[in-house]
Amino acid sequence: MNASPGVPPDAAVLRTERLGRRVGEVWIVSEISLAVQRGELLGVVGPSGSGKSSFLRLLNRLDEPTSGMVFLEDEDYRRIPPRQLRRRIGMVTQRPFLFPGDIASNLRFGPAQRGETLPDNEIAGLLERVGLPGFASRNVANLSGGEQQRISLARALANRPEVLLLDEPTSALDEQAKAGVEQLIRDLINQSSLTSVLVTHDRDQARRLCRRVAILEAGRLLQLGTTQEVLGA
Amino acid sequence: MLKSLFHSQIAFGLAQAAIASVLALAVILLARRRNIHLESDAAIALVRGLVQIVAVGSILVLLLKAPRWSSVFLLAGMILAAGSISARRAKNIPGAQKVSTYSIAAGAGLVTAVMTWAGVIDTAITSLIPVGSMIIANAMNTNGLALNRFRSEVLAHAGEIETALALGAAPENTVASYAESSIHSSLIPAIDNLRSLGIVWIPGLMTGMLLSGSSPLYAAIYQFVVIAMILASSGLTSLLSTMMIRAHVFSPAEQLLLKESL
Repeated sequence: MNASPGVPPDAAVLRTERLGRRVGEVWIVSEISLAVQRGELLGVVGPSGSGKSSFLRLLNRLDEPTSGMVFLEDEDYRRIPPRQLRRRIGMVTQRPFLFPGDIASNLRFGPAQRGETLPDNEIAGLLERVGLPGFASRNVANLSGGEQQRISLARALANRPEVLLLDEPTSALDEQAKAGVEQLIRDLINQSSLTSVLVTHDRDQARRLCRRVAILEAGRLLQLGTTQEVLGA
Repeated sequence: MLKSLFHSQIAFGLAQAAIASVLALAVILLARRRNIHLESDAAIALVRGLVQIVAVGSILVLLLKAPRWSSVFLLAGMILAAGSISARRAKNIPGAQKVSTYSIAAGAGLVTAVMTWAGVIDTAITSLIPVGSMIIANAMNTNGLALNRFRSEVLAHAGEIETALALGAAPENTVASYAESSIHSSLIPAIDNLRSLGIVWIPGLMTGMLLSGSSPLYAAIYQFVVIAMILASSGLTSLLSTMMIRAHVFSPAEQLLLKESL
């Protein structure tokens, strides 16, 4: 395993060991070993086709690794039932894919899968956290791109994940909405110390948000270190 | 005109088949001018259809002398073929052939068995085989439509499905609404057939019964019976196949297997 700079091994919440995925004859993710420490936002940066999103999809087991291991709190994640694993490792994708209906039903979706009902006050609290107070009864069809992405974040948080995976969450947004969602991510991570992994092709965004960064190229881990070491000032 | 040229009934039939095929090929060539390429599929289907139906006709000649129970084997063979043909509409879904065969066997088989037991379908080979094959063929079409629609829906909504999976949803629940719309759309032809019966079309079985001297009223009622049986078997087949196929688009680790890149 590559040592994560300044991170004692026991502080790692999520850890990969020589993780790889082959599609046909091509290794789209190859031999990636890294650790995500508790409460940090780790950036995964690289050009299009470098395997960033493919790597992220392996972390919540939306795709099956061909080789290597993933550990969540030092437990081999294959031993965790997939639904439970995905509840513990939340994900926000580039496109929000909100379910038709109102915002409250979207936020209730995750807990409802376990037979839990998310109370109204928790819905109100989540909407407050993502900067959309009072939006619970609004229909998702009437939201802007930025608002949709905020709801997508709130929906992931409604599951109370231990780790949050963010797959290019601002790349489909205009500049203004992008700045707003970026600020929201920064606030959420700072306030709740939520362990997160951010995939982005935007090096400046990684500089602004992440303390440590992994650079991927052709599915391989090229560099891992503090943002300053890897991306410069 | 044709009748005066051919004295043998078989030669006359082949000439009729040739004219019908030429007409079909003309339409295919017309489609080609609009850049819609159906040539190879349609040509193979025409030749295959003719060979198959002539083969079945020849088998029927032999079966007329065979014991009644032998029709069970012929119907079972038809179900196997129907399962294989309609499974092609579910490209890249593992286990689609098994699902199709089981669904058609249960849907068409159950309706045929119950109706034969109740005396609605006569056990004579000349009755059981044509009526049974109509039920199986329609179940096959419905199954193909249902699987094709389900496949398209899953491919078109892969993002929504994976979002639900990522939130901890059970795989079957993430595609339940697509299975429902597939059942609905697959049954449209069977429902429309029943709705338009006697107004838009007078099906072949009724025509045959009229030509063989049955009472027009009885022929009409029996035709309704057959179309209602087709709706029942098609509905059951579609319900079963969409229910079973849901699990086949996911891996044991609850990952969506059917993706656009496949």
